[in-house]
Amino acid sequence: MTLIGWAQIALVVAAILAVAIPLGRYIAAVASGRVGWLRPVETLMYRAGGIDPQQGQGWRLYAISMLAVNAAGFLLLYLILRLQGMLPLNPRGFEGLSPWLAFNTAVSFVSNTNWQAYSGEAAISYFAQMAGLAVQNFLSASTGIALALAVSRAFARGGVSDLGNFWADFTRVTLYVLLPMATVVGLAFVAMGVPQTFADYASATTLEGAAQTIPLGPAAFQIAIKHLGTNGGGFFGVNSLHPFEGPSALATALQIWSQAVIPFALCLTFGRIVGDLRQGRALMLVMLGFVLVATLAIYAAEASGNPIMAALGVDPAQGNLEGKDVRFGLALASLFTATTTGASCGAVNAMFSSFTPLGGLVPMFLIQLGEVLPGGVGSGLYGILIFALLAVFVAGLMVGRTPEYLGKKIQAREIKLAMLAVLVLPATILGFTAVSLVLPQAVASLAHAGPHGLSEMLYAYTSASGNNGSAFGGLTADTPWLNTTLGIAMLLGRFAYVVPVMAIAGSLAAKVKSPEGPGTLPTHGPLFAGLLAGVILILGGLQFLPSLALGPLAEHFVMLAGQTF
Amino acid sequence: MANILRPAATTVLLFTGLLGLAMPFAMTGIAGAIFPLQAGGSLVVQDGRVIGSALIGQSFTAPRYFHPRPSAAGEGYDAAAGAASQLGPTSAKLVDAVRERVAAAGPAPVPADAAMASGSGLDPHISPENAERQIARVAAARNMPVPRLRALLAEHVEGRELGILGERRVNVLALNRALDAADRSGR
Repeated sequence: MTLIGWAQIALVVAAILAVAIPLGRYIAAVASGRVGWLRPVETLMYRAGGIDPQQGQGWRLYAISMLAVNAAGFLLLYLILRLQGMLPLNPRGFEGLSPWLAFNTAVSFVSNTNWQAYSGEAAISYFAQMAGLAVQNFLSASTGIALALAVSRAFARGGVSDLGNFWADFTRVTLYVLLPMATVVGLAFVAMGVPQTFADYASATTLEGAAQTIPLGPAAFQIAIKHLGTNGGGFFGVNSLHPFEGPSALATALQIWSQAVIPFALCLTFGRIVGDLRQGRALMLVMLGFVLVATLAIYAAEASGNPIMAALGVDPAQGNLEGKDVRFGLALASLFTATTTGASCGAVNAMFSSFTPLGGLVPMFLIQLGEVLPGGVGSGLYGILIFALLAVFVAGLMVGRTPEYLGKKIQAREIKLAMLAVLVLPATILGFTAVSLVLPQAVASLAHAGPHGLSEMLYAYTSASGNNGSAFGGLTADTPWLNTTLGIAMLLGRFAYVVPVMAIAGSLAAKVKSPEGPGTLPTHGPLFAGLLAGVILILGGLQFLPSLALGPLAEHFVMLAGQTF
Repeated sequence: MANILRPAATTVLLFTGLLGLAMPFAMTGIAGAIFPLQAGGSLVVQDGRVIGSALIGQSFTAPRYFHPRPSAAGEGYDAAAGAASQLGPTSAKLVDAVRERVAAAGPAPVPADAAMASGSGLDPHISPENAERQIARVAAARNMPVPRLRALLAEHVEGRELGILGERRVNVLALNRALDAADRSGR
């Protein structure tokens, strides 16, 4: 670890916070319908769909509308992936994907996971990238933000069922937040070297006379929304490591900024919607604390390197460079890794499979903590609000009072629904991992023996269930078993989680706000922040530490002992 | 039901038209007009032929060139198949590969970027320390004085971006092209 490395981390974090504050205010304005600089397009969308944007929806109708637009998006994307061979803008003549892979990929992009069992430049046409995958990058992000807005309103309102109109939220967030940001960031990426062209792959003859085929494509715009929407599905197979996807340290810094700025901003949007900015700030600071500690842990582990390699005669000064490119440096690789797994993005600028065991443990644990640190766009906010309810519930148990959050009494129904949501992650991750580890056709996908093999499988289901999308890349993921079960894990992680969350929102919106009394636990101060961090850590720790002990922790001690597999 | 299905279908289709077709075409037009070189992949043309991309590494094995990092992309630097080794920290395969590279690059300690494979398999850069250790070999193969080579290398060490971001590094293709040019002008 170096001073200049820490300065890099500080600079990027400062840039995230500096923009998150005004952006949070702007998104609150968009949510209330006060922003309208693309009103003609917005009106056209409403007219075509027969939508009345003023009409309030209860939680059921809001959730069903959300599921309907995601089902339609899945269907269209599945068809595009299957039929890409007959569609235009396919200079390499790629055939349609297999049914298993098309199912997995369509689910993956609709659920904001963006797990990739394919390599973009070797399998997906320009048309399928831009009109299929990139569109879902936008729409899955808008889905998350819309849901977060609805849940926020449930805390702001009292005695009503109306959570807002899904179609209006969805359309406005897409048009006024994601589209302009992706346009600006996309052009910045082009300036930094990311291609944006429909030309066929270039053929080069290298200085030593070898033939080299250089993949191209309309990449910059798609990569911009891939980060802004915390999607993470790379245009190219090696994701942000590809010199065209992450051409420089500046580009990687802009990607870190892009994948963290909206999730942090939404906390402040929440604060504004409930009329108390301090509430949002407290959530944001808890998230930020976890990201910084995780960055420190990864940076320390990767900088101290692998003692087995040092014993072979590798200079430890540069740290562990297997699976990393020179231009980013360890500091930005660490911050990128903490934000991409904390924020449910899943893009990578370093290969986790080749991290030191503890360096690889951190991203896996960040996902297992519930993807709320800061979490995906929208999903991070409604996720951490569920933990906030559990935190006030635990506090209430300690002092024997009915717990309250923002004036809403938290009762048995909310806590049952919250636990239902929170249990989705351990059930899918541990359940599928356990089954896969005894199935020969699943074990055949592993690239490693020993504890690293367990980590590979555990990471895959962690990533899919948490809707992250990053991977321990040695795993051969394009098999019927993994494509199908990982697809199911992604669906459960997204939609089985969201429905109880929306039910909680419905139940809270109906409750009248009770006035603050002398016994009310303030939910904006350090006491509550510590309580919330403790609940997140203890829930995640209890659920996943045993499996982490068998995977990365065991591998750490094996590595110190110098043993290999 | 129709009041849900109709908006779902029209919203997805209209957004596909806007975000998936109109915007990418507009962005490609604008990018090509303002940043034609970058939008087209930063291709490097020499004597009328494309010899690679300034951003993408390529394989060099001859002693007269500086060598890039180990690559797991295809047979090495296959730009159409970027890939990492994905080998874990306790992998015996990784240990064997690193032992071989250390022996080839020796004497120990060898800079990590010369012994460990990059994440993209297409890393265009090496560390200045790695380049420094290759000077003697290149100088001998080209019959070029070491101080001249060292000066050429110093010109090609790129500093941190904006003075702070990333690492100091050397673009191998750019350095090797400069070597060839220096050789041509020297004769």
